Amino acid sequence: MASKIGTAGNKGKGIKSDCYVEFEPKPSGGIEIEIKSKVKTLFGKAIKELAEKVLLHFEIKNVKLIIEDTGAVDFVLAARIEAAIKQTIETDKEFLLPQLEGNTNSTSKETFRFSRLYLPGNSPKLMLNAGIHKPNGLILDLEDAVAPTKKFEASFVVRNALRNLNFYGAERMVRINQGQKGIEDLAFIVPHNVNLILIPKAESAEDILAVNKEIERLKKVYNLNYNIWLMPIVESAKGVIKAYEIATASNNIAAMAIGLEDYTADLGTQRTTEGTESFFARSMVVNASRAAGIQPIDSVFSDVGNMVALAENVQKSKGLGFDGMGCIHPRQIEVIHKNFAPKEKEIEKAKKIFLAFKDAEAKGLGVVSLGSKMIDAPVVKRAQNTIRTAINTGKLDKNWVENN
Amino acid sequence: MKKYDKIVTNAVGREVPTIINGEEHIPFQGVGKYKPTGRKFAPRISSCADFPDDGNKQINSLKEALIKSGLKDGMTISTHHHFRNGDLIANQIFDIAHELGVKNLRWYPSASFPCQEHLIQYLEDGTINRIEGSMNGPLGRFASLGKMKGLGILRSHGGRYQAIQDGEVQIDIAVIAAPTADPFGNANGVNGDAACGLLGFALGDSEYADKVIVVTDNLVPFPAIPWQIHGNYVDYVVKVDKVGLPEKIVSGTTQITKSPDRLLIAEITAQFCEEAGLIYDGFSYQAGAGGTALSIGNYFGDILRKNNWKASFIRAGSNKYPVKLLEDGIVKYILDGQTFDLEGIRSMRENPGHINTSPFTSYNYHGKGNFAAMVDIVVLGATEVDVNFNANVVTHSDGYLLHGIGGWQNTLFGKTTIMPIPLFRDRIPVIRDEVTTICAPGEMIDVVVTERGIAINPLRKDLIEKTKDSGLPIKTIQELKAEAEAICGVPEKPNLSDEIIAVIKWVDGTVIDSVRKVIED
Repeated sequence: MASKIGTAGNKGKGIKSDCYVEFEPKPSGGIEIEIKSKVKTLFGKAIKELAEKVLLHFEIKNVKLIIEDTGAVDFVLAARIEAAIKQTIETDKEFLLPQLEGNTNSTSKETFRFSRLYLPGNSPKLMLNAGIHKPNGLILDLEDAVAPTKKFEASFVVRNALRNLNFYGAERMVRINQGQKGIEDLAFIVPHNVNLILIPKAESAEDILAVNKEIERLKKVYNLNYNIWLMPIVESAKGVIKAYEIATASNNIAAMAIGLEDYTADLGTQRTTEGTESFFARSMVVNASRAAGIQPIDSVFSDVGNMVALAENVQKSKGLGFDGMGCIHPRQIEVIHKNFAPKEKEIEKAKKIFLAFKDAEAKGLGVVSLGSKMIDAPVVKRAQNTIRTAINTGKLDKNWVENN
Repeated sequence: MKKYDKIVTNAVGREVPTIINGEEHIPFQGVGKYKPTGRKFAPRISSCADFPDDGNKQINSLKEALIKSGLKDGMTISTHHHFRNGDLIANQIFDIAHELGVKNLRWYPSASFPCQEHLIQYLEDGTINRIEGSMNGPLGRFASLGKMKGLGILRSHGGRYQAIQDGEVQIDIAVIAAPTADPFGNANGVNGDAACGLLGFALGDSEYADKVIVVTDNLVPFPAIPWQIHGNYVDYVVKVDKVGLPEKIVSGTTQITKSPDRLLIAEITAQFCEEAGLIYDGFSYQAGAGGTALSIGNYFGDILRKNNWKASFIRAGSNKYPVKLLEDGIVKYILDGQTFDLEGIRSMRENPGHINTSPFTSYNYHGKGNFAAMVDIVVLGATEVDVNFNANVVTHSDGYLLHGIGGWQNTLFGKTTIMPIPLFRDRIPVIRDEVTTICAPGEMIDVVVTERGIAINPLRKDLIEKTKDSGLPIKTIQELKAEAEAICGVPEKPNLSDEIIAVIKWVDGTVIDSVRKVIED
């Protein structure tokens, strides 16, 4: 990391809401800050003040700092400057802006995870508005969506985003890197109220335990007591065979996903729209997840322009037993929610069963019956699930019982 | 001569000059308050005996036509923007003026485009004294830095017509670049290599200017049909090799936005209109040409189809999307003010329901009514809106002139005006305490729709009432402003001098605001 000039960030055509920073430590001469920004008239002073604050925090007294800005917000500017500084000097300090109120809530194991939107960890321009499209989860991706040379600076953006990006109610998720790099990523996310961590290319229980060991260590160091859920992603033939072992590796696993791009490559085949080649793997993941009592989550659908094919894919996915699916474009979210949501007929049936159950409960009856039919416990459970899902997807008013 | 003098505070609290370029102007008095009396301006009487019997008014060159028209110092020269960024004629006019040593011209374009950056040299050397029209891109920057010799005046399309009609602007020479014309001067925009659809912006100029020159690269035998411009108003016809660059005049590929954020705004806008009961069998709307507006039009089409309704008319900016609705029978008429793509031009040529309009029928302040006020839903953009719903469409938040007014002020007279805009653009919040430049008073703007919520003007109690249980994200404009500032921070004010470089006219010819000189860093 000891290069003479530290650089971080993006510039050039198509780059927005970002900045590019050059940090050149000097032996003397004080602090020189040069700002080129398209919002200089309105935010030039604010950018300079923030830069000075970061430099002061890291006790830097002599430096030439160049910021080429395309409208980056504070947490992005701060992440870029810190990443550039840390390429040239060793320090344990971190520059953190006050955490956004609301970015400290926890989620539960059963939280709905129909849709989770991937956001490249080093592309701030996609982050600011991601939450307004209302995915169940937003994944800040440190893995495949970040170029190897940008991994270092991306960690700072992702850390700051966890603290300062408005997720608009979406679950705060991060996909870490594979192996040892992924373990190192944890220090950037665990202390900052991440809700769920995706572990890519999981192939054994050990992969999960290694992540959990570091999470536990960090939780002790920082004295943290919130839940952090895991979602291993199975992306290889070996991972599929070990699906149940992975799903049951620890009790903070909330869901297990399948990644079909890598999986089909591993099989030596092509991914097709009908998905015959992945039928076995998808069923394995569903089965193993259900056996482990966690949510099975399907792979992303990569043809972002084709909403009809996506809808068919979601229905197939729901039919196989999946509880959700990844998305790589905000416009996919609504289609996914709509097609995972229960149908009118399912809801009507579930309502009747649910009310009959309540009625039986109120009367102290041990047996639930609807008309002349007796209803088994699993049927009641499924009805309750359908109601919960219908409410969550906006298909049913949450006060439907009162309004019934 | 002072550029401006005698500053007063107008009805929206802005300081505006009442003497501009040596002439008297009226400060804004409120919407619908200023009603001048007397008679309209009239052009000189002409006699057909002075024109050739064979109807051939062709002249060898634009230069010769300008000389014959009596081009001299201090004249007002008008041009039109139906070729948008592909115009080749405006630059030539001033090249000729410069060559002839003519000075101090007033350029009165219906809009200027970046292709006219070439004219900066003539603004510098005094060939052109000032632009009275939109100033965008490099011309906007030049004017914003206070480099123009005279004071700029920005008018809406309707305001431009108003100024011609009441004699506020007397045009000496109108040069109308036409895709097709005949030797008598009849001209249209539907045929020829430079086809642009219609020539409505030039209509008033043809009727009121002292001299009218038609320039074309597609000279056809009499009669050029349709005769959107009547040769009876035309003095000279000039044939040139090329009037415009077709690829820059119209787009072959107008597209609905692909941006998920803008699509979301469009979707919320359409939902709002549906929930508020603004869409009904026989309704009408103004279709913008931007990606978001196009997408809103598509959602409107879906709502009409779903209910088996028809729209009575679309006021456009036409392109392939409204044309599709027209040809599918979802919309009865397109009242077109400006055509944006090849499909629009084809439709204008082929469909009797695709009507060529001008600021006279759509926006005319001195008319006995106009149809802008009859439109149910008007969808418009803005660079800034303030907490009192005042809106700005001409200057950027850093103070530079950025856009023309276009038909923006005129269409505000529709029944419900909606501004679908992102809450911030590249960290710059759109909702401000005070807009940099007031182009319309808040009473004219009914709804602001952003990706993070909808603000309804408190004056529109009916809309508030109708949408209160809709589940739509209705917020106050102050709440939206606070939301943007929580993300972006609070912006500083632009660095402006007291010096005025241009004024903004309201649709009635009164001065609604002043544009100040930008102080460079």
